[in-house]
Amino acid sequence: MTTTTFEPKIVGFLCNWCSYTGADLAGISRKKFAPNVRVVRVMCSGRVEPSFVMKAFESGADGVVILGCHPGDCHYAEGNYKTLRRYPLLKKTLAQLGVEDERVRLEWVSASEGDRFAAIVNEMTEQVRRLGPFHQNRGKNVKA
Amino acid sequence: MEERRIGVYVCHCGSNIADTVDCAQVAEYAKDLPNVVVSRDYKYMCSEPGQNLIKDDIKQNKLNRVVVASCSPRMHEPTFRRALQDAGLNQYFFEMANIREHCSWVHTDRAAATQKAKALVSAAVRRVYHHEPLEAREVPVNPNVLVMGGGVAGIQAAIEVADSGNLVYLVEKEPSIGGHMAMFDKTFPTLDCAACILTPKMTIAGQHPNIKLLSYSEVEDVSGYIGNFKVRIKKKARFIDEDKCTGCGRCQEICPTKVASEFEQGLGQRKAVYKPFPQAVPNKVVIDAVNCRHLKGRAQGKDICRICQKGIPNKSIAGCETGAINFDQKDEILEVDVGNIIVATGFQQFDPSVIYQYGYGHLPNVVTGLQFERISNASGPTNGEILLASGKKPEAVAILHCVGSRDANYHKYCSRVCCMYSLKYSHLLREKLPDADVYQLYIDMRCAGSGYEEFYERLQEEGVNFIRGRAGEITDTAESPEEKDKLIVLVEDTLVRRKRRLPVDMVILSCALKPRADTEKMARTFGLSRKADGFFLEKHPKLDPVATVTDGVFIVGCCQGPKDIPDTVAQASAAAARALALISKGKVEIEAATATIDEEHCAGCKVCIELCPFKAISYDETKKVSRVNEAVCKGCGVCVAACPSGAIKGKHFTDEQIMSEIEGVLV
Amino acid sequence: MSKPKVALYWAASCGGCEIGQLEIGDKLLKLAAAVDIVFWPVAMDVKYKDVATMADGNIDVCLFNGGVRNSEQEHIAHFLRSKSKIMIAYGACAYGGGVPGLANLFNKELIFNRVYLETPSTSNEQKVVPLTSAKVAEGELTLPEFYDTVKTLAQTVKVDYTIPGCPPEERTTWLALEALIEGKMPPEGAVISHSAKSVCDDCPRQRNVKKVKKFYRTYEIATEKDLCLLEQGLLCAGIATRGGCKAPCPQANMPCTGCYGPVEGVVDQGAHFLSAVASVIDSNKPDEIQKIIEDIRDPVGTFYRYSLPGSLLRRAKV
Repeated sequence: MTTTTFEPKIVGFLCNWCSYTGADLAGISRKKFAPNVRVVRVMCSGRVEPSFVMKAFESGADGVVILGCHPGDCHYAEGNYKTLRRYPLLKKTLAQLGVEDERVRLEWVSASEGDRFAAIVNEMTEQVRRLGPFHQNRGKNVKA
Repeated sequence: MEERRIGVYVCHCGSNIADTVDCAQVAEYAKDLPNVVVSRDYKYMCSEPGQNLIKDDIKQNKLNRVVVASCSPRMHEPTFRRALQDAGLNQYFFEMANIREHCSWVHTDRAAATQKAKALVSAAVRRVYHHEPLEAREVPVNPNVLVMGGGVAGIQAAIEVADSGNLVYLVEKEPSIGGHMAMFDKTFPTLDCAACILTPKMTIAGQHPNIKLLSYSEVEDVSGYIGNFKVRIKKKARFIDEDKCTGCGRCQEICPTKVASEFEQGLGQRKAVYKPFPQAVPNKVVIDAVNCRHLKGRAQGKDICRICQKGIPNKSIAGCETGAINFDQKDEILEVDVGNIIVATGFQQFDPSVIYQYGYGHLPNVVTGLQFERISNASGPTNGEILLASGKKPEAVAILHCVGSRDANYHKYCSRVCCMYSLKYSHLLREKLPDADVYQLYIDMRCAGSGYEEFYERLQEEGVNFIRGRAGEITDTAESPEEKDKLIVLVEDTLVRRKRRLPVDMVILSCALKPRADTEKMARTFGLSRKADGFFLEKHPKLDPVATVTDGVFIVGCCQGPKDIPDTVAQASAAAARALALISKGKVEIEAATATIDEEHCAGCKVCIELCPFKAISYDETKKVSRVNEAVCKGCGVCVAACPSGAIKGKHFTDEQIMSEIEGVLV
Repeated sequence: MSKPKVALYWAASCGGCEIGQLEIGDKLLKLAAAVDIVFWPVAMDVKYKDVATMADGNIDVCLFNGGVRNSEQEHIAHFLRSKSKIMIAYGACAYGGGVPGLANLFNKELIFNRVYLETPSTSNEQKVVPLTSAKVAEGELTLPEFYDTVKTLAQTVKVDYTIPGCPPEERTTWLALEALIEGKMPPEGAVISHSAKSVCDDCPRQRNVKKVKKFYRTYEIATEKDLCLLEQGLLCAGIATRGGCKAPCPQANMPCTGCYGPVEGVVDQGAHFLSAVASVIDSNKPDEIQKIIEDIRDPVGTFYRYSLPGSLLRRAKV
């Protein structure tokens, strides 16, 4: 009997100027990494609101990663600082809702960091794989 | 709602995508997605035949939304948007799925890559359903330029713009232009006299037909956006009719009120009616309302003094001959329209009195760099002789580097110019006092400009004592007969590992260049951000050092960070060139994917207002709602994400569009 | 013409909505004259079986308050839905789950353990917990099944209108009832309130600059009367809550807790409140930010006080 490995589905919110370009660079460099992260492009990581993260989980994601420009490098000067402000409170709320810490990550990836992008994807995929599907342990009477 | 008819095109990109992703299968899959009426795969979508596939389908199949699954949108989004436009469809009715850089090029398992490609296409299809038509706007550019600050940076920028034939408003807070450079004695490394190289430029700036010099004036408010700024300027009352004043200076001679001179850094005095320095531009006097006896008396209903106006008749001393004195003058408010703004407001010298152990302010003969410039300057309070407060000449002088700089307690950064001007002071001291001992206490010697290292070598040969160490304290407590009546500098000479006590007569503190006290207010007025060190933030530290996040506003000179005169002038020229480039184009395109506030749902909670890096959001007091200036908005979406009422819509990145994309990407 | 028939029911709720309904005061007489109340367990001695004999759609309007967290409530929700032409979710519990919805941080096992076994004042040696059925000498006793998860009314049956509030303010209740009496209901699906904007629109306090360096619990500071409570560091939900209540709480020096649910158009009230609160933190340094949010002791309780079941995630993982 073969056991099917759980393939996590991870949504990645990438900002147009730094992290999306960094991910493109990983592609141009033909880096190979896990196919589990699906990218949603935003102009700035500051556009990413907590509702998006919750929507991702509600829609079937097992993990969410938010990637933005390094602090100080934001194309819009301070957008990523707003992401930085929201993230700890979002994590604190999610922790209270029993969402495991490794399921949501915020990382800074510059346009030249293709390697870093690949490494983050691989690392996160394995972490979430170990945690199992998001919709376990959510009790009965909830739409899965 | 209009029926959506979506066309999906899956590109092979030769073998780049097709080798890993089964494009035909993806196209087949897309056929069954909601609202998809056409789904094709093709070898090279960006090629002309590929684009024609789309254009033909738009016309024949009445498509009103298009998805192309191919390379990164950063590559070909403009290409396909143009194709839509050519076919008569709004270019924003388009979405791309990146199945090359993010899929075929980075995954090896064909099944997994194909599955991921399907998910990305599904996301794009669901997103594009919600796309709305948007238009990129073009606005005209006003050819006038505002230069804020009349130091060497502002003067240079103003002259360059004016020489091209455009009108410049040069606004300077002080009664004269010239800034800090006008205070200097000589400039390093060439030892040019600062006034000699600056005053010709000041004169040009004062007389140029295209420069409207607004001295003793301040910018109160700036509104608008690139190409179309409205600036409100307050021209403070000089109490002098500038058209009548000839700058003869008689009023200054006979005025009975003496106060400390700001230009002389407190070392000399001026009168209540004064010219800040002899070569002032404009060459007019100004009456200081705070100290003028007559103006102070007016506030109490008295009419006293007026000697500048009336003279002293019983001593046959005449007052102003042209009748230029006007005590009834009021501040004037001007409103000007400009297309570009160049901010050149300069720096402020660090006040070393906070470093109590250096004695500034309570020990005699401890002076700052700018004070020494005035002492050494031939038109300064000591006529260029290096003298102590007692009037005697110093036998030994110590120069302390990095006062307030490279210091975690005050400013972490290096002020860049202090090593060089400290060397300059050593030279001036050795020149004017050949028998005096000169000590330079440094941490590192930073001499990185053209001729700078050579200047350092020269000073070493001139017999200056270089001690590597940061002074710990200046004290007047003598511990031996040689130290009596001296200032003793306590320093660890780190190269010989010995603590030393240097008995000197004068200490010069090479103080940090710091951001001006009013930078916060100015940042607000001009929509500028500041760096962690307090100086204004440039758009990109390497690739765009004069532009700022507010299009049309440039920063030059020390207000952006400490720098020397050559770099300041270069930056000023750069900003002038940028402004001129915009003026020559005559129009500028405004971002289409901006934020917009739905006034039916905005309660005016003001959560968004402070969040905008571009100060694009304002509050309407009458309607009690917030409003986005879409000409200034860059579309970052920070406010959209923060709005607790969901009243702000981020065009082309709406909640609906992104939520649909999230749903689609998780199939 | 016969008077419209009205049913009122209470599910997982506190009884406050019943008081809320009575708050209309003398307008009650107007209501009594205009309608026929056919089912109201708290106030009338009408039995379930009396309603069961009615034809489907016989009841014109059902005002249903309380969330659905056991099988009986689920059953009656479906039952009344079939018997009623119009189903109205009355109050925060029916709308978003209400305060009882915070039980979604736990599950049945954890709740039963706490309530029946662990509480300090409980003595339950035999570890007796409620069962869905138990055989006793006289026969079989049954109890409804207790769910792990609280659901909103709309997650259970189709809801035609919502009247928000905990309880709805008198003016909000009357706005809906008057519309019913006069036959002038708003478009289907509407949340009925005088305002589509947040409570800030109702609130008279002055708003200046939203930058918060420290958050406080309500008892920790004496607030200034005329200044925005959020700007003073209190976690006032008014920014993310539908208005129409005329902001009684901020005017009584208490921060709004969010009982009218999200502003028109917003799905997840808590996520929007969270985002706004975090965005106005006056710092860009991670350790400083971490310290500032330490004062937000109970994020879910603060941001999702009335709306956890109705939110995107609905409940916690346990």
